[in-house]
This record gives sequence, structure tokens and C-alpha cells, in this order.
Amino acid sequence: MRVTAKTIRTASGQVVEVIASLAFALEEGETGALIGPSGCGKSTLMRILAGLDRSFEGSVHIPAHSRIGMTFQEPRLLPWRSLEDNVRLAAPEASEPEISALFDAFGLSEHRTHFPGELSLGLARRASLARAFAVRPTLLLLDEPFVSLDAPLARQLQRDLARLVESRRMTTVLVTHDVEEAIALADRIFVLSARPAHVIGEVRVSRPRSQMNRQEEGAIAAKIEALRLQG
Amino acid sequence: MTTRLISLFALIALWQIAAHFGNPRLLPGPSAVFATMRSEAASGALFAALGATIARVVAAFVLAMAAGSAIGYAMGRNALVDRAADPWIIVLLNLPALVIIVLAYIWVGLNEVAAIAAVALNKLPNAVVTIREGVRALDAGLDEMARVFRFSPLMRLRHVVAPQLAPFFAAATRTGLSLVWKIVLVVELLGRPNGVGFEINIAFQLFDVALLLAYALPFTAIMLIIETLLVQPFERHVSRWRPRAA
Repeated sequence: MRVTAKTIRTASGQVVEVIASLAFALEEGETGALIGPSGCGKSTLMRILAGLDRSFEGSVHIPAHSRIGMTFQEPRLLPWRSLEDNVRLAAPEASEPEISALFDAFGLSEHRTHFPGELSLGLARRASLARAFAVRPTLLLLDEPFVSLDAPLARQLQRDLARLVESRRMTTVLVTHDVEEAIALADRIFVLSARPAHVIGEVRVSRPRSQMNRQEEGAIAAKIEALRLQG
Repeated sequence: MTTRLISLFALIALWQIAAHFGNPRLLPGPSAVFATMRSEAASGALFAALGATIARVVAAFVLAMAAGSAIGYAMGRNALVDRAADPWIIVLLNLPALVIIVLAYIWVGLNEVAAIAAVALNKLPNAVVTIREGVRALDAGLDEMARVFRFSPLMRLRHVVAPQLAPFFAAATRTGLSLVWKIVLVVELLGRPNGVGFEINIAFQLFDVALLLAYALPFTAIMLIIETLLVQPFERHVSRWRPRAA
């Protein structure tokens, strides 16, 4: 998968350069994390990848017949449909055992018939992750999936997500501003500059992650920090 | 519920007292009106009039809501359509009902088509404006979600758009029903040979207030029943997902 994107967008009349010649590539099945300061255009980039924003210059190369699963910064569930219906509507061809397994994996089994408004934000985020997985995506786009969750819950969800991503072998793009989260989930970490965003540098995370010790993690974090200072 | 019943009985009692002290020709008491109602019902005239009026209300209402929803949706979604159609809507909103009715009778003729079209045209701008407000308030985030997950147009309409428009549709229904039935009576009074409005015209010419009330009250009651048994349950159903306000 190759992405070479460059955009100039207008907001309220002014021309604002959100992304400046930004390019990155992922092999099939890899997980890439984009980290950068808030407001640097990460969400814009995700919207371009998802095909929601076509007014940009550049090109996005995604394998033909890709199935996209996506989570947004907010859960974006249909408030008037139960969690189960929310997942089923997005993934009509998912079988009953598959859906049950997903609800189990995200700890949502007892909330299947609940409406999103009856849930905490943490549960709603999990439901939106379950929905993204239910379509059996070949390309998974996660836009700050754990932002504004308390730390223990975020860590637990990260572990669940890492397990699922690894077991399914899908190409994943993760946007975050949390270095630890990026290290925990990604194979390649792309460090982005402030607006207009471009890639300052790329850091590879070697597998298998489970055998990585604190020292190695620290080394990667230090490398990312050095790149950030450059930008 | 009991408060409502007591309030209703108080109104009837007040009516009875006022009738007792007033001129029975100008204000007949409840018993006199009910007696007239019974005799009109026994002859079948009451039901024929009610049936004709309700049929016109339903036809005009369905027509206005269907066309109004479609136009309102297009105007809410497309800025160009909105700018182009807005002056027409404003003209229509401010054209007196009576003018539209008289013009319809003159141009189309004294027939059912003209009557129903005139009523629908009176209700139309109101439906357009309400639905347009709802469409403008549609959640862009959910729209994007539906695009990413490749919802079909029918699924989007049913699961994403319609639930968001339902409260606006209910509001348009509520104001619409009361508006439509009042205008239907005027249309009948001016140019139809049957219906509640026609009977009221006869009562007016005979100066028969008991007859007038005998036709007006059952019709008001029917509209109240439609509101309670159809509109309110619909509103409750479409808002069942909302957490209850404390």
C-alpha cells in the first residue's frame, strides 16, 4: 500500500495548507502508526485514506477490492439502533457466531441490546471497534481509538486490539499522539511534523513485540523523541 | 389524566351554566347540542359529512407531507436548490389561505381536485420549512460513517436519515393536521356540496348554533383522538432510544 498525498484545503475562505507533500508506505498486513502534535492534519489524512475527502492533490494507492473498517475520533454509532444492530448494519454478511465472538472479544456481550446512549464512552468506543472488525477489513483505519479513556482501560483495549490485529493480518493505519500506544501496536511508526504535516522520519519496531523488554521500548521512544525535536 | 378529565368536565359545566342564563338560540346547552347530534347521527348525515371531510383532510395532508418532505430534503441538502426555491416558499407561506382557495376554484374549477390541491398548497410551505430544518441538522459524522461502511442508499435513508428527521416529521404532522382540517372546512364552505364545512355553512344560514356545534364538536373530538392515538405514540416510538429526561 502506497500513499503519496499532498493537500491544500480552504477553511472559511482562507487557504490553509494542512498537509505538505506527505508520503508513506506500508506492506500488506503491516500496522503503521502516525504520531504527531494535535491539529497537525492526522484526521484529515485518515479521511483521505478512507475516501471521504477527494479534494486533495496527490494519490492514494490502496489494493483493489479493499474492505475498509474504520473508527473515528468519536464512536459515531447510530444512537437509535442497539449495539448489535449498529454492528450488523455495517457488516450485513457477518455470521451470528462471528458477531458473538466479536462482542465477547470486546467485553460487550451483555450490552448487545443496549442503545449507545445508555453506555459509557469507553463501551461505545469498544462497540465502534467491534463494528470496524465485523466487516472483516483488509484495511483498518483507527483514528485515536483510545483518546480520552482512563489509562488502565486504554491499556487493556490496546492489548485486545493488538491481539486481534495480529490474529487477522490486516493492514492497519493508526493515528495517535501517544508514543507508548504506537510502540505497542505498530510495525512502523511515522513521526509527523506540526501543520502543514510532513513525515519527519520513520521508526521500525521489530517483532515479536511480546519479547521486547523495557530497554528496547525506551530506545524506540527516545528515537521518536529525537525525530520530533528535529521537526 | 384525571386532571384533564376534571378540566374537561369543568368546561362542560361552564357551558351549561352560561347556556342557562343566556339566550338558548345563541348558546344552546350541552343537552340540546347532544340531542341534535343524535338526530343528525340517526339520519346518517353526520357520518357522511365527517367521512367526506376526513377523506379530504387525509388526501391533502398526505399530498402536502410527501411533496413537502421531498422538497424540504432537496433544499436542505443542496444550497443551490435552497436559494432557488426559497423565494417561492416565502411567497407561499405568506399568501393567505383564502386567496389560494379562491384562485384554485377559479383556475381549476369547483371540484375535488381544486379543493384538495388548495389545502395541500396551504400546508406545503410549512412542511418544507420544517423538514429543511431537520435536514440541515443532520449529523455529518454519521453520514461519513455510512459512506465508509458502504451503506446502500436505502439503508442510509432508513437507518441514518429517517431517525434523525422523525422528530421534525412529527412536528410537521402535528402543526399540519390542525392547519389542514381548519382549511378543509373553509374549502368546503366555499365550494363543496358536502362535508362538515358545508353543514356549518347551512347552520350559519339558518342561524342554528345547535346544528353548528353538533357538527363541529365531533370533528374536533376525532382530531383529538388522532393526535392521542396516532401522533403521540409515533413520537414516543421514534424517541425510545433517547435516555429519559429526569
